[in-house]
Amino acid sequence: MINLLALGTSTVRISMPYAAGALGGTLSERGGVVNIALEGLMLSGAFTFATTSWWIQKHWGADWVAYAPTLGLLAAVSVGVLLSLLHALATVTFKADNIISGLAINIFSLGATNFLLKWFFNSSSNSERCPSFSNWTVFSSPDPKSPWLALNQICHPLILLTLVMFVASNILLFRTRFGLRLRSVGENPQAADSLGVNVSFYRYMGVLLGGACASVGGVWLASDQGLFSSNMTNGRGYIALAAMIIGKWKPWGAAVACLIFGFADAVQNRMQIFRQTLSGGDLANLPWLDRIAAETPTQLIQAFPYIVTIIVIAGLIGRSTPPAADGIPYEKERG
Amino acid sequence: MGTVVRNFAVSALLAGACFSITCSGRAAETSATEAGKGIKVGLVFDVGGLGDKSFNDAAYAGLKRAEKELGVKGEYREPGEGAHREAHLRSFASGDAELIIGVGFLFTDEISAMAKDFPKKKFACIDYSISDEKMPENLAALTFREEEGSFLVGALAALKSQTGSIGFVGGVESPLIRKFQAGYMQGAKAARPDIKVKSVYAGVSDSAFKDPQKGKELANSLYDSGVDIIYHASGSTGLGVFKAAEERKKLAIGVDRDQSDEAAPGVVLTSMTKNTDQAVFDIIKETNASGFKGGAHVFGLKEGGVGYVYNDKNKALIGDEIHGKVEDLKKKIISGEIKVSKDAN
Repeated sequence: MINLLALGTSTVRISMPYAAGALGGTLSERGGVVNIALEGLMLSGAFTFATTSWWIQKHWGADWVAYAPTLGLLAAVSVGVLLSLLHALATVTFKADNIISGLAINIFSLGATNFLLKWFFNSSSNSERCPSFSNWTVFSSPDPKSPWLALNQICHPLILLTLVMFVASNILLFRTRFGLRLRSVGENPQAADSLGVNVSFYRYMGVLLGGACASVGGVWLASDQGLFSSNMTNGRGYIALAAMIIGKWKPWGAAVACLIFGFADAVQNRMQIFRQTLSGGDLANLPWLDRIAAETPTQLIQAFPYIVTIIVIAGLIGRSTPPAADGIPYEKERG
Repeated sequence: MGTVVRNFAVSALLAGACFSITCSGRAAETSATEAGKGIKVGLVFDVGGLGDKSFNDAAYAGLKRAEKELGVKGEYREPGEGAHREAHLRSFASGDAELIIGVGFLFTDEISAMAKDFPKKKFACIDYSISDEKMPENLAALTFREEEGSFLVGALAALKSQTGSIGFVGGVESPLIRKFQAGYMQGAKAARPDIKVKSVYAGVSDSAFKDPQKGKELANSLYDSGVDIIYHASGSTGLGVFKAAEERKKLAIGVDRDQSDEAAPGVVLTSMTKNTDQAVFDIIKETNASGFKGGAHVFGLKEGGVGYVYNDKNKALIGDEIHGKVEDLKKKIISGEIKVSKDAN
C-alpha cells in the first residue's frame, strides 16, 4: 500500500517552489503590477544561493560552512529584490508594458545564470556542490522503516520560512493599513491617489516584496539539490503564475492551488512505480487504488497533473477576477 | 518624453537579455603542429555546449586528441538553445573543413540534408538516429550499443542489491533511452533471475533531461518502494537522483561518463560509460588517412565504445566477487554468447 505520509511530504516538497513563487506573484499583482518575471527571479535566486554558499565554503573556510546557506539565502533575496527593482522601474516609473518587462527579466536571468555558471564553474551543466539547508530531525523511531520518519523530510527551515511568509503576507494584505493601500493601488489607483496614497511607492513595495518571496522558491530548488543546474526552475515560475490565478490572488488560495499541483505530481511519480510492481500480479485481490494504478497506461499517468489542473480550473474554482488595475500603468492626470 | 524613456528602458533590458544568450560560437585556437599535414575538422556541439560534463565535452576531448596526435586543425561551434545547428553546419561545409561532425541525435535531419548539399565533404553524426531512409554515402552515423553497457551495470546493481529490487530513471521514453532501460533490465535478470526492476520516466519533453527536482522526487518514490540502487539516463535530472541517494544512504549509477564527482563519496556505485571521445577520434583518424567510410559505425563493448567504471574509488564498494561475475558477462557479450536486445520486454 502507499505510504501516505511519504506521499504527503513529497507533495509539500514539490509544492515549495510553486508556493513561494505564487506568493510573490500575488503580492506584486495585488499592487497592480503583473509579474511574469517569477521564473527569472526564482532562477536567479537559485543561482545566487548556490554560488554564494559555495564561494563562502571555498574562500572563508570551514568555520563559515554552517552560516553559508543563510548568507546564500540573504544574497539570493537581495538579488531577487534588485531584479524586481528593475521590473518596478520599468513598469511603474517608466510605465512600460508589464509583460514585456517581465519577459526581459526571464530571458536575462536565463542568459546571465548560464553565462556566470560557465564563468564560475566552467560548466554549462551544473555548479559544484554547495553547503545547503538540511532537515531537522524531529521524528525518530527505533524502527528504521517507520513511515513516520518520512515527516522529517518536511521539517525544514525553508518550509518554515515559506509558511511564515504566507502568514505574514496574509496579515499584511488584509489586516494592515499598508495592505489596504497596496490593494487600493491595484484596484483603483486614481481613487487611491485622490486620497493622498502614493501610488508609485506602494506599487514598488508590492513588486519588491514579491521578488523577495519568489527568490526563496529558487533557493529551495538549489538548496534541495545542494547545487545549481542550468535552467533548474524549468518553467516552475509559470506554474506559480497559474497557481496565483487559480488561488484568486489570495495567499491561501495560491497555497492550496500549489498543493494540488504538487499532489498531482507526487501521485504521478508513485503511480508509475505501482504499475510495474503490480502488473502481472493478481489484480482482483489488490486494493482499489493499486488496481487502478496497475491498469493505467504510462502516458495517461504522466498526463495526470495536467488533467487535474484542467478539472480544477474548469470545474472547482469558479470565476477568478484579477485586481481591477492589474497590469495597467498609472498615469497621473494633469491639471 | 515619457514614451521615449519607457521604450528606452525596455529596449535596454531586452538588449542586455539578448547579449547574454547569444554570446557563443567562437573559433577554437588551432594547434596544428605540422602545418599542411592534417585535415581541417569542424565540430558543432549539441545544446549545452562545452562544459556539459557529458558527450559534448567527450567529443571535444576526442577532437583535442586528434589535434595533438594527428596534427589536424579543429574548430568548434556552440549553437546554444536556439536552432542554429544548420547555419553552423553550412558555414563549416562551405569553408575549407573536410570533415564536419555534429554532436547529438538532434543533428540527424540537418546533417543528412547537408551531406546531400555538399557531396564532396565528409560528415559524421554522433547518436545519429538511423531510419529506413537511405543515408548519403558521405555521412557516417556514429552510434553506441548503450544497451550493452547498461546490461553490465544492471547485472552489477542486481548482484549488489540487498532488497532484491532496483530502479531506473529515464528522461523521456524514447527509442534512445529505452536502449538503456532494456539493457539494464536484461543484465539484472541475467545476473539474478528473481530481481525486480522498476522503471520511471521524468517527462515527455526535452526539459525532462534538465529537472533535478523531478529526478530527486522520482528517486525518493523508488527508494520508498523498496528499491536500493537506481540507474539514471536522464541528463542533469539525474543529479537529483544522486542527491536522493545521498540523503537516503542508498546507491545510484551514473551515465555517459564517470559521474562519481557529481555526488557525495560512496553514492555512485559505478557509471555506464560511453566513449564518445574514442568515436570522434577514430572517425577523424580514418578521414585523415583518406579511409573515411560512410554508413553506420557502431561502438559496442567489443569496440571499447561502452563500458562501466571500476577503479580505485569504487573497487571496495563493488567487491571482487561481483566484479568477477560482471566481467564474465562482459566476455560473453563480446564473444557473442549473450545478445543484448535494444528493446524492453
